[in-house]
Amino acid sequence: MKHRFHKQGFRFSSAFFTTLTALATFLILAILAVILLDALIYGWRTLSWHFVSTIPKKDFFDVKTTGVLPMIIGTSIRVIVMAIFVIPIGVITATYLTEYAPSGSIVTRVIRAAVNNLAGVPSIVFGLFGLGFFVNFVGKNLDAVFHNPSAVWGQPALIWASLTLAVMTLPVVIVATEESLKAVPQGLREASLALGATKLETIIKIVLPQALPGIMTGGILAVSRAAGEVAPILFTGVAYYMASLPTHLTDQFMDLGYHVFVLSTQSPNIQQTEPILYATVLVLLMLTFALNLIAVIVRARVRRKMRSLH
Amino acid sequence: MSREKKSNRTAGWMGIQRGHNAHPIEWLAEKFIFLVSLSAIVMVFLIFAFVLREALPVVLGKMDSAAVQPVIPVADMDKIPADELRTYLELTPEQFAKINHDTKKMLMESKVEGAQEVPDNPDAKLNTIKWRYLIFPHQWSGYAKPAYIWQPISDIKKYNIIPLIIGSVKTTIVALLFAVPLALGAAIYVSQLANPRAKEFIKPAIEMLSGIPSVVAGFFALIIMATVLQKVFGYESRLNSFVAGIALGFAIIPVVFSLAEDALTSVPRAYTQAALALGASRWQAAWQVVLPAAIPGVSAAIILGFGRAIGETMIVLMASGNASIMSWNIFDSARTITATIAAELAEAVFGGDHYRLLFLIGALLFLVTFLTNMAGELVMNRLKKRLEGKS
Repeated sequence: MKHRFHKQGFRFSSAFFTTLTALATFLILAILAVILLDALIYGWRTLSWHFVSTIPKKDFFDVKTTGVLPMIIGTSIRVIVMAIFVIPIGVITATYLTEYAPSGSIVTRVIRAAVNNLAGVPSIVFGLFGLGFFVNFVGKNLDAVFHNPSAVWGQPALIWASLTLAVMTLPVVIVATEESLKAVPQGLREASLALGATKLETIIKIVLPQALPGIMTGGILAVSRAAGEVAPILFTGVAYYMASLPTHLTDQFMDLGYHVFVLSTQSPNIQQTEPILYATVLVLLMLTFALNLIAVIVRARVRRKMRSLH
Repeated sequence: MSREKKSNRTAGWMGIQRGHNAHPIEWLAEKFIFLVSLSAIVMVFLIFAFVLREALPVVLGKMDSAAVQPVIPVADMDKIPADELRTYLELTPEQFAKINHDTKKMLMESKVEGAQEVPDNPDAKLNTIKWRYLIFPHQWSGYAKPAYIWQPISDIKKYNIIPLIIGSVKTTIVALLFAVPLALGAAIYVSQLANPRAKEFIKPAIEMLSGIPSVVAGFFALIIMATVLQKVFGYESRLNSFVAGIALGFAIIPVVFSLAEDALTSVPRAYTQAALALGASRWQAAWQVVLPAAIPGVSAAIILGFGRAIGETMIVLMASGNASIMSWNIFDSARTITATIAAELAEAVFGGDHYRLLFLIGALLFLVTFLTNMAGELVMNRLKKRLEGKS
């Protein structure tokens, strides 16, 4: 490398550019703050116990009688069902990649490439996939197997939305789990093996419990990411309006994020419905951000622990 | 232990063999773990297969979207093969088997009547879903010159996808022009220049930005930014690809920032220390030494940011105005590929040509992001090799 540094005296440009990068950082933080404060200040005015505990009538644009209870429940159920599927699969995959996979083998490399690719697939493509695979293929075939007279499985439903989201968040769980598995000190594995435990026993009884905080972070991050996603559920299960709460996995559901979309684009009078819109945004942000904050804190701890161990 | 051994994933077991032969159940469990870990590969394959499956008839040119189909006279009913008759009447095999001869005859008569009702448009016989009409401009009757038109819901369905591609590309360019300088600046500042205490706080805060759901960013762009930006810049249409691009920038800033920051941090500290010892300022060390060393990682960050931006749906659906205009002006309304799918799929007839075409543009989108991901990963691997080779 051939580099020439300018003379010692010429520090002005350095100071200038340092300030510039600091300004860029500040601007990003300011954007974050403005979005959050805006939602908090305006949303807080309308947010009430009544608002979060009411099932709205058909016309949910009415400020006085509306509520978001079915949306909160719908969003919660879909992410819980998703977590039930994605966490075990993600953790097992990460376990294979860190503990078993011969590094550099073709299979390992292909799995990694697949995980990275999955993370980059656009959310709307997941929506198309959910419709094409889960609803139109798996669902329709289930109906054929059970000889259902009308479509029970072969239509958009809670279970299909959850499974679509599970596929989407699989990389989140895998990456977080891998990171925490790598943070488990090698000495623990060696000690366990030296005491006569088999490899599987070591992994189940020593390594995974040690990595639990990190695995939880992955799960929380996946749930928080999925809670805010709308595009993948558009065609796989979300409903514009439902009079009752979903009771079966084959029911459709209402959703907070989709409700934000509906309120901001389909409202007959945007000025009048703005308070509801802000309050709904605030509820959604509280849900995703509370989860995110927990995940960020736990992850920071795991990283610090990892640094101190090595 | 040295650092090299850590980076080798299986080094943890360091060639230690099991003390005794594995239990059969353990052997089974290991095979099970291996099989489950293949699920990511299976999923990528399934996504490709099933999105393409719905789009395949369009790709192969087997669909016919002509408003007027050639009419078969009722008298010829018994002359043509049953299978052909079934397709002509648009029935499934089960439906076809159920109905009797008279019903078929009635259906055929209604077909003939239907054909007479269609407006007298010279374009009505065109099969507009052929590749020719999807990509190239066409001289539609009533238009002054050949045009690229996306108009899937009209008498004559016009399915030209070029306006959608332009909408996606120009919005993405705005997003990158806005987000990349900011994210890179912040990454340089956080990884090289900021004091460690500030870093502890700034990094998680910027990562929090990725926790904002895209529908909330879309809401913010639609309700607040659109009005403010219109007042500042004084353009005509309130929602356009400029507003959508800026909001899209919010979504990709954390992606570009995290990856670029990782790449910059992974450059050995010895580089910086050597530069400082030679009399460079901290900025000079960051700009002239660390950044060039991390260039592959930084470019990967930008490539992946591009992939994320072109695939983002809710923000552009809410903030771009959604008019499929053939224009490169960023202050014009734009309709992107993703927003088109999101807005139109629910209304499209299941299995119809519009429905399949939306899957086709979805497959195109998947292909583009797949390739950008691959490219990003290749570039990233080069960074790793470069740093390992030199350090």
